[in-house]
This record gives sequence, structure tokens and C-alpha cells, in this order.
Amino acid sequence: MADPMVVAEGLHRHFGATHALRGLDLSVPAGTVCGVLGPNGAGKTTAVRILATLCRPDAGHARVAGHDVVREADKVRPRIGLAGQYAAVDDMLTGRANLRMFGRLSHLTRRVAHRRADELLDRFGLAEAADRPVGGWSGGMRRRLDLISCLLVRPDVLFLDEPTTGLDPRSRGQIWDHVRELVADGTTVLLTTQHLDEADQLADTVTVIDHGRAIATGTPDELKATIGDRLDVTVADPAALDRAVTVLEALTGAEPAPGDERLSVPVPGGGLRLADVVRALDHAGVAAADVRLRRPTLDEVFLRLTDRKEAVR
Amino acid sequence: MTALRWTVSDGLTLVGRELARLRGAPGQIVTLLLFPAVMVLLFGYVFGSAIRVPGGGDYREYLMPGLFAMVTFTAVHGVMVRMAGDASRGVMDRFRSMPTARLAVPFGQTGADALGGLIFVAVMAAAGLAVGWRPHRGLLPTLGAFALIMLLRYALSWAGVHVGLAVGDERAVDNLAPLMLPVTMISNAFVPTDGMPAWLRFVADWNPVSALTAACRQLFGNPGGPAGNGPWPLEHPVTAVLLWSAALLAVFVPLSVRTFLRRGR
Repeated sequence: MADPMVVAEGLHRHFGATHALRGLDLSVPAGTVCGVLGPNGAGKTTAVRILATLCRPDAGHARVAGHDVVREADKVRPRIGLAGQYAAVDDMLTGRANLRMFGRLSHLTRRVAHRRADELLDRFGLAEAADRPVGGWSGGMRRRLDLISCLLVRPDVLFLDEPTTGLDPRSRGQIWDHVRELVADGTTVLLTTQHLDEADQLADTVTVIDHGRAIATGTPDELKATIGDRLDVTVADPAALDRAVTVLEALTGAEPAPGDERLSVPVPGGGLRLADVVRALDHAGVAAADVRLRRPTLDEVFLRLTDRKEAVR
Repeated sequence: MTALRWTVSDGLTLVGRELARLRGAPGQIVTLLLFPAVMVLLFGYVFGSAIRVPGGGDYREYLMPGLFAMVTFTAVHGVMVRMAGDASRGVMDRFRSMPTARLAVPFGQTGADALGGLIFVAVMAAAGLAVGWRPHRGLLPTLGAFALIMLLRYALSWAGVHVGLAVGDERAVDNLAPLMLPVTMISNAFVPTDGMPAWLRFVADWNPVSALTAACRQLFGNPGGPAGNGPWPLEHPVTAVLLWSAALLAVFVPLSVRTFLRRGR
């Protein structure tokens, strides 16, 4: 495979006493989507800002599209797009005028900027609203405009910093569809997110960062495999919960996560036969409403890796 | 050379952005055109009914230079708000992540403000002419006065760019609006300073608003110009305005460019 489209090595960055990045390594092969996961304050946004030439690392270096983001920032900029956590568009301009302006500022000729703006508005279903000021658009439409504002020059690398934070499920689905289309066109995408299903849906590889460092990298399946499958048991009668806990502890050697009537427990490496579980529960006199073995969710992987008790979503 | 070309081209694109904003809000065009006329009528007839011009003469003749000076200074707030708005909404970061010429953003913004100012001042002058104000000293001094107004406005807009970027929060900048009132009122723009308490008069005399007002009165030949016994900035108002402008540009052009380039870095 060709050189990775995005490479970061040992990125350090502090703001005052806060160390946002402490030696972050990252690598995104061309044409893939890399999901960067991390709790708030893990350094996701700082990483994106450095890669998008907005901010300089204190130490370490990074190359995007083959160019150093500090020394050759002007060679990086024409090849990237950045969509951040807000709709970075001019509310007082129409959608079309916004796109034309960003096209001109990306040094397209007037003719090409106008043509590209029209194409993108059509392709991403915003043509109807295109001639109204963006201030009156819905949040979802504004974020979609924000995303397509990056596409006027057909970037090689697209940085999406929490592109769907605060959006309703339908708008989120639309953004996901847009991203999939871009990847099909060959764009490399680096996406930060707190929504783990977003990474599951879109990312080829996931890098989990915490305290400014990458602590795990792999495909979503690989990451899930590192913590093994899980066994979920739903008891029919809450009074039998204690007995069920004892049974599951004996079977797996792990303490089940507490729930009202559903117990969830990691399965040891060797695996576990569902029939054995049912028999053991039956033997202990526990009536099970549901017993299932499943892959862990990315949430569970994430919580395990970042070792935090609070939920991330 | 290409760098300069892109700076000019991108700067013009950003000037065009400001014009396009007006197109999207026709109500604002009306406000923009109506506001200066309303101010002339309001100040001219409400204040004018009570204030006696030193040395005699028509209050509206005395008032117009003061109004020109006042809007020159209050315009700074608009620049601050626009810059802070772009900064807080991520538009500034988008510009900085694009191949856009680095200097085009501050130069485009100040250029756009100058253009808007030209229109505003023209409407205000027309309203002034309609209520009886006249420049009396011929074409060149008249053009000189307008040139001074535009020069100081341009210099001030750079201060606005810097403050807007440095604060970077639209609401915080909005809160600065009430400051504009004392800055413009503690001056000779609407009333002579001799009646003020000594300490206030000192502030008013050295306020650059007063210098611009006095310079316009002198160049337009309106009442209230240098009297021969005032403080230095009011006796040499043209020089004072030139010095103020030069000082503002020398400080805020490099500062704004630096703030823009290093924002969040």
C-alpha cells in the first residue's frame, strides 16, 4: 500500500499547564476512514487542529498528503477540508453564496466555483434551500452545508471534528451517507467522535486516545475481540438475580455488571457454550427470560480501555 | 508576486462577502441608508433647538462634523462584532485551513468596512446638505476632510479587527457597545468643551473624536474650528488626526495580522 495519507508521530502540545497531547501517534492509509475516539479532553480536537495546520505541535511531527503540516502548511491546505463542531458558515449569506465564497477563497476561478457550488447543492440535496440565508436553516442542514463547504476542491483528506454532535438521528444519518459517498470517491477521512456507533458505522480503523496518547488502534472488530464476547442474561424474576449472579461468576470467573434484571458479563477467552449456561441456571433454579452471547459494543470496549466508569455518550 | 495577487483577489472576495450579506438582508440596506439621515434630523433639530453655537452660527453647521466623527468611531464596534463572530463560529479557522492568502482576511475586512463607511458618510452628507449644512472652503479642503474621516475610520477598523479577534466571542464584544457612547459623547462633537468640568474637559479635548471634529470644522469652514487659544489637538486638528491614524495603523496592523496568524496556535 502507498504511504499513509495522514501520519502523526509523537505529537506533543500543551496549553498552559494542560497537556492536550503527550506523544500521539496516528496513521491513516489513503482511502480509508479513521475514527478517533476519546473522552472529552482526550486531545481529539487538538490533534485535528494540528493536522489541519491551525495549530503547531510543541514536539513531534505530522505529514498530511505527503507534506509536513508545519513547514509545508501551504502545500497541505489546498488538499484538505476541515469541518468542525460548529457550522462554520456565514449565517447572513445564502447557502449558494457561502459555497461560492469558499470556492473563490480556495482559489477556484469564478466559473468553476459557481459550477461546483451548484453541483454540490444538487448532489447533497440542499438545492431547494440554496438561495435562502443560512441563518434560517435547520441545524442539520447547516452542518451539511458546513461539510460540503470542504468539498469544493475535492480534498484528498477530510478532517471531521465531531461532525454530528448535537444533531438528531435523521440528520446524523444524512451526514453519514455523505461521508460514505466521499469515501467511495477515494477521500481519506479522519473523524473524531464521541458517538461510538458513528465510528462503528463509518470507520475502517479506530484509534482510541486518552490523556493525549493513542491507547489502542485497530478495526472495530479487532478492538471488540480484545475484550472478548459478552454474555447477557435476563432473569424472569428479579428475586432470582442473586442466584443468577453466583452462577455466572462460577461460569466465567468475572463479576457481572449490575442491572435490574439483566446481567452482562465478559466471557473468558476459551469461550462458553450457551447450553452450559442454560443448564447451570436451570440447575440453580433461575428462570431465564433471555440468554445470549454477543460481541461487545464499541462503548464497552471504550469504557474498558479508558477505564472510566461514566458513560461517554 | 502571486502571493500579492492572491491577497488582493481573496481580499476582494471578502469585500464581496460583506456586500452579499446586505443583499441577503434588504431591511439592513434601508437601515443603513435611513440611520444617518435620522441622526442628522434628530441631533440637528432636537439638540439644535437648545444649544447655542460658540461664536454664533447655525447648530446644524456646527453639528455635521461632529456626526461624521461620531459614526467614524462607532463603526469600530461593527468590525469587532464581525471579527468575533467569525472567530467564535469557526469561520476564521476555516479560512485559516484553506489556501486563502493569509493577509486577505484582515485586509478584506478592513477594506469592506471602508467601503461601507464611504456609503454611510455619503448618505449622511446628503442629509446634512438637505438640512442646510454646507462646506464653505471649496473643493480641495472639502475632499481633504472626507479623506481624513476615511483615513481615521480605516485606522480604527484595524483596532476593531484586533479586539474582535483577540476577544473571539461575539457576545462579549456585543457587551462593549455601551462603551461607544461615552467615547463619542465626551468630546466637542455636539457641544463645546468649555462648559465641562476641568477634568472632563481635559479628556474631551484630547479625545481623538474631538480632533476629527475640529479638523472637519476647519476644513469645511463650519463654526467651532480652532479659536487660537485651545489645547494642542484642537488647534492643530489635521495634524492630530494624521498622527492618531498613523499611530493606530502602526500598532494595530501588525498586531491584528499577528493575532490572526497565531489564533489558537
